[in-house]
Amino acid sequence: MAIRKRFSPLPGFGLSLGYTIFYLALIVLIPLSAVGAKTIGMGWEAFWAAVSNPRVVASYELSFGASLLAAAVNVVFGLIFAWVLVRYRFPGKGLVDALVDLPFALPTAVAGIALATIYAENGPIGSLLKPYGIEVAYNPNGVLLALIFIGLPFVVRTVQPVLADLEKEVEEAAAGLGASRWQTFVKVILPHVLPALLTGFAMAFARAVGEYGSVIFIAGNVPMVSEITPLMIITKLEQYDYAGATAVASVMLIFSFILLLIINGLQGWMQNRYSKGA
Amino acid sequence: MKLKTLVTSLLAASVLAGNVLAADISLLNVSYDPTRELYQDFNAAFAKYWKAKTGDNVTINQSHGGSGKQARGIIDGLEADVATLALAYDVDALADKALIPPDWQKRLPNNASPYTSTIVFLVRKGNPKGIKDWNDLVKPDVAIITPNPKTSGGARWNYLAAWAYALEQPGGNETKAKEFVGQIFKNVKVLDSGARGATTTFVERGIGDVLLAWENEAYLSLKELGDKFEIVTPSLSILAEPPITVVDKTVDKHGTRKVAQAYLEYLYSAEGQEIAARNFYRPQDAKIAAKYAKQFAKTRLVTIDKSFGGWRNAQKVHFSDGGVFDQIYVPSGKR
Repeated sequence: MAIRKRFSPLPGFGLSLGYTIFYLALIVLIPLSAVGAKTIGMGWEAFWAAVSNPRVVASYELSFGASLLAAAVNVVFGLIFAWVLVRYRFPGKGLVDALVDLPFALPTAVAGIALATIYAENGPIGSLLKPYGIEVAYNPNGVLLALIFIGLPFVVRTVQPVLADLEKEVEEAAAGLGASRWQTFVKVILPHVLPALLTGFAMAFARAVGEYGSVIFIAGNVPMVSEITPLMIITKLEQYDYAGATAVASVMLIFSFILLLIINGLQGWMQNRYSKGA
Repeated sequence: MKLKTLVTSLLAASVLAGNVLAADISLLNVSYDPTRELYQDFNAAFAKYWKAKTGDNVTINQSHGGSGKQARGIIDGLEADVATLALAYDVDALADKALIPPDWQKRLPNNASPYTSTIVFLVRKGNPKGIKDWNDLVKPDVAIITPNPKTSGGARWNYLAAWAYALEQPGGNETKAKEFVGQIFKNVKVLDSGARGATTTFVERGIGDVLLAWENEAYLSLKELGDKFEIVTPSLSILAEPPITVVDKTVDKHGTRKVAQAYLEYLYSAEGQEIAARNFYRPQDAKIAAKYAKQFAKTRLVTIDKSFGGWRNAQKVHFSDGGVFDQIYVPSGKR
């Protein structure tokens, strides 16, 4: 049986797909393949030595652990944030809405220095926390804090339009049919925004894994304790170890890619389930 | 009337001719972190000197950052006419990439270091933890701030100074030195990537009891922040020789070799030495050194060549991947 050419009513599929792939290659794949090329040149043994060094392994744990945790925190608070911005009217709402985007626009180094200033032992917040034995700056807590800071807008901005689409009447109908507030949230709202929440989670996570500028100012950068993987890469570069740097970078890329693939898959599955259930 | 016209046109012509003859030259000096203030002063002085000597206007642009990062920038294509870095190893990296000849360090006097410095301690006013010497740093309640030796030139000097101190103690040997330096780094609370970052952490954020710092950086903090800090010079430290070089590949391309060479040589002149001393670098010139002798505490200074067999060797043993510095941090048994 011959493959029938399916007719699509939308024009220009071939051209636009070709352009998309060309563009993706030019902007994303070719620069990334340079990472691969440098790595391939170094031989398996040197590669393994570079990426399995205990300090580097400790940095993977911190980078990926803190990024996942930060993204999870942002999912909870980003949802609340988006909810407030969509559902309620209050004075200064426009201002709050604009403030959410600030972490996007701020140079990350500025964010890092600002956070370190405020949360250091002698800073306005750090000095309040110190008597309770809570130290935020210059340890892994600082890493988490910086990553939460930069990740928040991703969740808010992905969830906000979806929440806005969900008409208030749906919630009112749920309430009218006798659902408790909790049931309305879990059975009506959550399934609707979950795919968007996951997208926000994935973006916040991806951003956090690659973040360098804001973290190094507040992390303390102590080996085995508070070194993030991007710092290990920079450290290797400073020692003229280009191959080692790209080796660690490639491991990071592969990890991130797998995690993002899983999250995307999960999201697709949920969207399917939701649209079938609805 | 006619005469006036003539004079005016002559004047105009001479101004024009002057403009044609006086070339506008610009140089890029790629340097390490704490030399900002030094080269700001020196560049102005050199521009004046060069204008008087040749009539040319020379503008010197400065770039500062961690020494290793700066050297890497030059290797990756940053067009530095001159490099003034924190340690010879970073300049050797330029030689390895054939940007400068291998014998670069012989081209200028004093190992191509017009000024030297050393490593001192900056402590808080009144020295509350009573820090006098290196062995006070290993006490359990002392929190130390230093940049990371892997990324900062100054921090490598810090590390090697501590190592040299341990070696020179009665019964000192490599094993004991490693243990000693390991104890010091156990007390390190924040490892910044560069010297300026570490100074900021200690001075502005108020973290730590002692900052291991370049002598000039410590004096600069003192000058700017006055009475909140004190400098403690340990009984033994290391003679830091920050080297300078013309970057041959760039100056040949830009045609700036002559002025770049003069720029570096001027650092050795009486005025250059004076500017270095005013910025708390130790001058090489004996006369100027005598004049500023009071400014610098007398202490025993060991050299990298005698105590560590040169930079390449020190780098390989201590700071390469899996080297002594890595071993200090990685728990034994995991490796």
